Amino acid sequence: MTGQEYAFAVLALVGTVSAIRLVTAKNVVHAALYLVVTLSVVGGVYLLLAAEFVGWVQILIYVGAIVILFLFGLMLTRAPIGREALDNQQRGIAFLIGIGILAGLVFLIQGAFSWNGPRLRPSVGTTAELGQSLFRQWVLPFEAVSFLLLAALIGAVVLSRRDDRP
Amino acid sequence: MIRLPLVLFFSAVLFSTGVYGVLARRNAVLVLMSIELMLNAVNLNLVAFSQFWHDVTGQVFALFVIAVAAAEVGIGLAIVILIYRNRETINIDEVNLLKW
Amino acid sequence: MVVAAETVSATGIGPGFTRLAWVVAVLPLVSAALTLFFGKRTPGRGWIYGVTAMGAGFVISVLVLWHFVQGGSAVSSSVTWFTIGPLHVEAGQFVDGLTAIMLVVVTAVSLAVHVYSIGYMQGDVRFTWFYVVLSVFTAAMLDVVIADNLIQLLVGWEVMGLCSYLLIGHWWEEGINSNAAIKAFITTRIGDVPFMFGIFVLIAATGFHSANIQEVGELVGGADVSRGLVSVAALLLFGGTIGKSAQFPLHVWLPDAMQGPTPVSALIHAATMVAAGVYLVGRLYSVFLHAAPEVLRFVGVIGGITMFGAALLALVQDDIKRVLAYSTISQLAYMVMIMSVGPAGRDAAFFHLFTHAFFKALLFLGAGCVIHAVHSNDMSEMGGLWRRMPVTFWTFAVGSAALAGIPPLAGFWSKDELLVAGSKGHAVVFTLMLVTALVTAFYTARMVMQTFFGAYRGHGEPHEAPAVMTGPLVALAFGTITVGFLGAAVTRGVFFKWVFFEAPEPVTFVPWVATLSILAAGLGILAGWYVYRDQPEPDPVFQLGWLSSLLVNKFYLDEVYMHGIVLPVRDRVSAAVVWFDRNVVDGVVNGTARLTKDLAFGTDEFDRTVVDGAVNGVAQAAGFTGGLLRYLQSGNVQRYAAFLFVGVVVLAIVITRV
Repeated sequence: MTGQEYAFAVLALVGTVSAIRLVTAKNVVHAALYLVVTLSVVGGVYLLLAAEFVGWVQILIYVGAIVILFLFGLMLTRAPIGREALDNQQRGIAFLIGIGILAGLVFLIQGAFSWNGPRLRPSVGTTAELGQSLFRQWVLPFEAVSFLLLAALIGAVVLSRRDDRP
Repeated sequence: MIRLPLVLFFSAVLFSTGVYGVLARRNAVLVLMSIELMLNAVNLNLVAFSQFWHDVTGQVFALFVIAVAAAEVGIGLAIVILIYRNRETINIDEVNLLKW
Repeated sequence: MVVAAETVSATGIGPGFTRLAWVVAVLPLVSAALTLFFGKRTPGRGWIYGVTAMGAGFVISVLVLWHFVQGGSAVSSSVTWFTIGPLHVEAGQFVDGLTAIMLVVVTAVSLAVHVYSIGYMQGDVRFTWFYVVLSVFTAAMLDVVIADNLIQLLVGWEVMGLCSYLLIGHWWEEGINSNAAIKAFITTRIGDVPFMFGIFVLIAATGFHSANIQEVGELVGGADVSRGLVSVAALLLFGGTIGKSAQFPLHVWLPDAMQGPTPVSALIHAATMVAAGVYLVGRLYSVFLHAAPEVLRFVGVIGGITMFGAALLALVQDDIKRVLAYSTISQLAYMVMIMSVGPAGRDAAFFHLFTHAFFKALLFLGAGCVIHAVHSNDMSEMGGLWRRMPVTFWTFAVGSAALAGIPPLAGFWSKDELLVAGSKGHAVVFTLMLVTALVTAFYTARMVMQTFFGAYRGHGEPHEAPAVMTGPLVALAFGTITVGFLGAAVTRGVFFKWVFFEAPEPVTFVPWVATLSILAAGLGILAGWYVYRDQPEPDPVFQLGWLSSLLVNKFYLDEVYMHGIVLPVRDRVSAAVVWFDRNVVDGVVNGTARLTKDLAFGTDEFDRTVVDGAVNGVAQAAGFTGGLLRYLQSGNVQRYAAFLFVGVVVLAIVITRV
């Protein structure tokens, strides 16, 4: 266990706990805050993996913008508090499915790699490299994504307009 | 220096938790949050493999996923607000007009 | 018979008028149609058409005969009538000397009768219709005479039967007349059925190829056809003769046919229709010749029985027409019987047919004049008419003398030929003919004596008939006197140059035969004159005890037929047939209907329960499963998502690991 692995283990533990609390919190705002923690943990892991640009974008966008969106959404819809208010009846099945998916994924992982498998030696991830790849090879998808964002923007505005016409 | 399977395992845990959240939560906003969790797990996978293969494409795609996730959340919340306006509730259980 | 049909004969004489022979047969049909549609409006009520047609026909017939007088040979022409498979039937004419002779006879007698009827049927309620049927009849007889194939002959034969029925029953208001018509029709029909089958046998013998008389004649002479088949055909054909020519045992209709008007009796039942049976045998003589000898012997036997029996029956008749009727039967039997001796007999028979037509028609028409004057048929109410009806008397006398066989009248010559043919080796035939000649002469004399001599025993004022009726009598008397010489040795038997079988036979005058014949005739007449010169009452023929009663009751033949055939068929057979029809036939039909109805019910049930059940069942199953499957559609999105994730996991494992 190297030092990074220790750091990663700690971050993973925190992230797991906060993720579980996210899906089981009785208070929506608490759930939103747990989301913040989880997203930050993931950003930290990115940094550990030397993907600096992605990591900071994660913090910037996710923690900075999306969580705010969620909080606004919660505020505007006056979400109630309480277990019965927030969890539906098929909790049991959902749990089983979750366990099942976890099992399936683990199965696939250990089928591909052994636990003492390859170690990551992070090498790429600088902003310069990312920028070069993005604007050379992946410029078309980049443009497409910008259109997507524009469409989403317009769509959101249109959808949430109040119908005040007589 | 981090073992790849561990990262993948962590990503799998996040993903399954997200699945549980999608299926078990009643509030539409909480469902959207769970979806974000799932997307993050996927991003983690992409970045890990990008370092494994020493190819920056994985990270580029992670960026794209983040952008799409942002767009999706925006639209999703707009829809949730519309539903709230129409029905005074955002319990997914109660949006079942297609029921038999 | 087997003369080839050439259009130009060996003597280089063209067909000439023989090509028009069929016109003679068609003219009366045209006049019948004209009479039918325009007769009532024509002045004189329509006799003009028939008389004109017959006159023209007679002229053409004489011209046709002229072709053969010049030595021409037979001519035939035809058109296709119909074809059934291999059978090819034509409609046409075969004109040889025999045809020409028959044409002359039929048209001559028919013309005489047509003219005579102007007077006799005057004022009759169905005058026009009478002439229509008379013309149709003549057309049918002419068709029989010129027919070149058996089917066409059969058509004419049957139409004659129909016309005979219509004319006998001309005054059908009285039951006795219509009964006589029915009796005539049915009795001749009984003979016509074997005749038809005989035709079928002959057609079969040709291999169902043709019904042409010439072809049949040549065929039966060859080796391809078995003798047995030919014999069967001959016997069946002879059935038709027995019926139509009133031979034993189907002779019973002819005396009753006298219920019809006298011109009808003259034309149909003396000269023409009844002669058709004899003509048939003569035309198809090949068939009879090449059959087993028993066939011809049978023909002779029938002829013999009829000839003698009928002559005897003529003795005891009081009705003058019945005397003549039985006489006709007897004379026809002469012809039939003599046919059985061979080709010479055939030719002699035709000669006798030729002369007999003339004098028998004459006798009938004369009797008609008498009946017209006295208003009665019974000779016991006549007598002493020779003074008051001289023309009638003299012509009747000529006819009677011919009938009895007194030279130099026609009857003598033809009877002589008959006897000559029979004399050559057929002793029984010859003797019987001679004896019958004696009886014939006797009853003829009786008839003349009772009718014309002695005192008038009736109640009216008899007077001579009008000229329109006596004119034909004179014409026929002229014929009776002259035509006989055509077959006599003095003209070297020119008749037999026209009518012959395979080759003309020379005519020889055999003195001893002629002497015997004159003796028999003379004896008979003398006896008749002697017995009846004083008009004895009661008639001596009724005083012969058992013989008289036997003869008066016509050998009890009518009773035998009635109780043996008619009543059992009418009462028992008919009832059985009705029962069969009502129970079996109708039973089958009704049963089938009921079965179909039940079947329909069953099918309906099956359709409703099984078929519809299956269809509805499928629909219900679909609905049932749908009812179950709809619960999947909970409307809950998360439920759908759950299914989705499960599916994804499974698929992922399956695709990557399996």
